[in-house]
Amino acid sequence: MNERLSISAARNIFYGGTIFFAVIFIALVINSVNYATDSETSNASELNEKVALGKEVWERNSCINCHTLFGEGAYFAPELGNVWVRRGGREDAEGAADFIKEWMKSQPSGVEGRRQMPQFNLSEEELEGLVEFFKWTSGVNTQNWPPNDEG
Amino acid sequence: MKYQSQKVALYYFVGALVLFLSQVSFGALAGAVYVWPNLLSETIPFSVIRMIHTNSLIVWLLMGFMGASYYLIAEEAETEIYSPLIAKIQFWLFLFGGAAAIVGYLMGIHGGREFLEQPTWIKVAIVVVALMFLFNLTMTVLKGRKTAVSMVLIVGLWGVALLFLFAFYNPVNLVLDKMFWWFVVHLWVEGVWELVMASILAFLMIKLTGVDREVVEKWLYLIVSLALFTGLLGTGHHYYWIGTPGYWQWIGSVFSTLEVAPFFAMVLFTFYMVWKGGRTHPNKAALLWCLGCSVFAFFGAGVWGFLHTLSNVNYYSHGTQITAAHGHLAFYGAYVMVNIAIMTYAMPKLIGREPYRQMLNMWGFWVTSSGVAFMTFTLTFAGTIQAHVQRFLGESYMDVQDQLGFFYILRLGSGLVVVIGAFMIVYSLFVPGREARRVSPSAHSQAAE
Ligand code: HEM
Ligand SMILES: [Fe+2]
Repeated sequence: MNERLSISAARNIFYGGTIFFAVIFIALVINSVNYATDSETSNASELNEKVALGKEVWERNSCINCHTLFGEGAYFAPELGNVWVRRGGREDAEGAADFIKEWMKSQPSGVEGRRQMPQFNLSEEELEGLVEFFKWTSGVNTQNWPPNDEG
Repeated sequence: MKYQSQKVALYYFVGALVLFLSQVSFGALAGAVYVWPNLLSETIPFSVIRMIHTNSLIVWLLMGFMGASYYLIAEEAETEIYSPLIAKIQFWLFLFGGAAAIVGYLMGIHGGREFLEQPTWIKVAIVVVALMFLFNLTMTVLKGRKTAVSMVLIVGLWGVALLFLFAFYNPVNLVLDKMFWWFVVHLWVEGVWELVMASILAFLMIKLTGVDREVVEKWLYLIVSLALFTGLLGTGHHYYWIGTPGYWQWIGSVFSTLEVAPFFAMVLFTFYMVWKGGRTHPNKAALLWCLGCSVFAFFGAGVWGFLHTLSNVNYYSHGTQITAAHGHLAFYGAYVMVNIAIMTYAMPKLIGREPYRQMLNMWGFWVTSSGVAFMTFTLTFAGTIQAHVQRFLGESYMDVQDQLGFFYILRLGSGLVVVIGAFMIVYSLFVPGREARRVSPSAHSQAAE
């Protein structure tokens, strides 16, 4: 490689450049944290204990290892970030909530040749939390993703 | 092997390879559930199978990195490892943590953030292990020669440990949760892990091709500079649709496209060094893995990464089987292959033999690589159809999945080929056989690597 570039110059470029890009990155991350917590630009102010419980239920049962949430997770089962919208929660909140609760209670379907979801035996309170969690996620500004309600 | 204490690497390599077999076996099982959805559904749900698949992968890659570090740091620093005892305790603790996590998963004890499912106490144990490891490594370098290879390696490994601390941060606000989750995931594989990978490749190039250290080290700095200059802001390609500001769409698109550069530089680097060195090293299999590594990493991370990294493409491909295709080829090409490369190089030295089972090892290379490549193709086709029919035409997820059955059968087939290949590789490394000649003491000091 280039004879004129000394090893120590190469090293300084590496460290200097990394610090440079890290500083820009951190500044943008701080800006994004503000964006995601400010009630002007996010729905963070709508977070409450029920949503927190729902998120905990979501994690304890590792739903992410089959489903996706905002497109991240396993790709074995449908997207759930917008399940509230897909099941009509915007028009009929009660109907969507009932649908989600009934869905959870009726698994596994046991249908031959169809992917199975386990029975998680959630309490009424936990089911309520899950519904609130999904309602909250559907309100996040995801820059119009997914392209349609099917997720 | 020049330093007695390098032997600790053997623990790590053996542990890593056993977990490698666990990883591919559970992967094949997950692939089978795609084909026969009712399989084991009441005993081990898909979620748990997948968790074991991904966690085994991450733990064995890290374990391999640790073994590689102990092996090469002694030669780079030209001194014995600071404390072989710490290295051994650290190994057992890590293995125990990994095994406990897997057993826990089977019993339904796990967290629910992808890849970070380990219960908190295991995460703490991982941090303790990392600190023991970094302490040991840093002390070794401090008392010996300081080379660019070892400096980059250590900076990379400290980065791995520091970024892991974000695994403890789990806010209720899902948007923040996801933002910092990527600090572990993206900044690992498209940041600090690249430093580890590049320094291992640099070490192997010095040993296998005999090119001047001076030249190799300049390349090393070039590669890792490209990696971090692009990879930091490249994180933006995960901030498109998770509730973060819209400006990430162009920052992420531009910088993550440039992330291809370090991978391309690694291809140039390995091939140029081999060409320039012009000498034939007896361990041909190790060289094959080095070249294969840079090429497959370029395709997996570079080409398949670029395929879906522009925000207007990602809008449709995000979270489809295209992502799965890329994840498999990238992890295999970059991190599996660099691990097998250093193991293929170091194992004979660790047990005092001339290179052995070269043919079988190289067959393992071709079988496994073909399997992973074919799997990548089938998933890419499946993902393209999925993106079109579901995202563009708006058919429902499950209906679209029903149309992809054929691809999932092919994927399972290629997965089984990967399992066979993995067993070949592991056998070729573990079982020297009788034909493996012992290194004679005189030849040992001559073959100065
Ligand atoms: C060796 C390096 C790399 C590895 C191991 C790797 C691995 C992965 C994995 C496992 C995922 C899925 C994460 C999840 O679970 O959601 C992913 C996502 C992604 N990777 Fe990489 N990657 C690498 C390099 C790259 C590069 C260089 C690019 C761009 C040129 C890239 C572009 C992407 C994109 C755009 C996604 C998100 C896909 C989506 O929207 O669903 N990757 N990567
Ligand atoms: Fe990434």
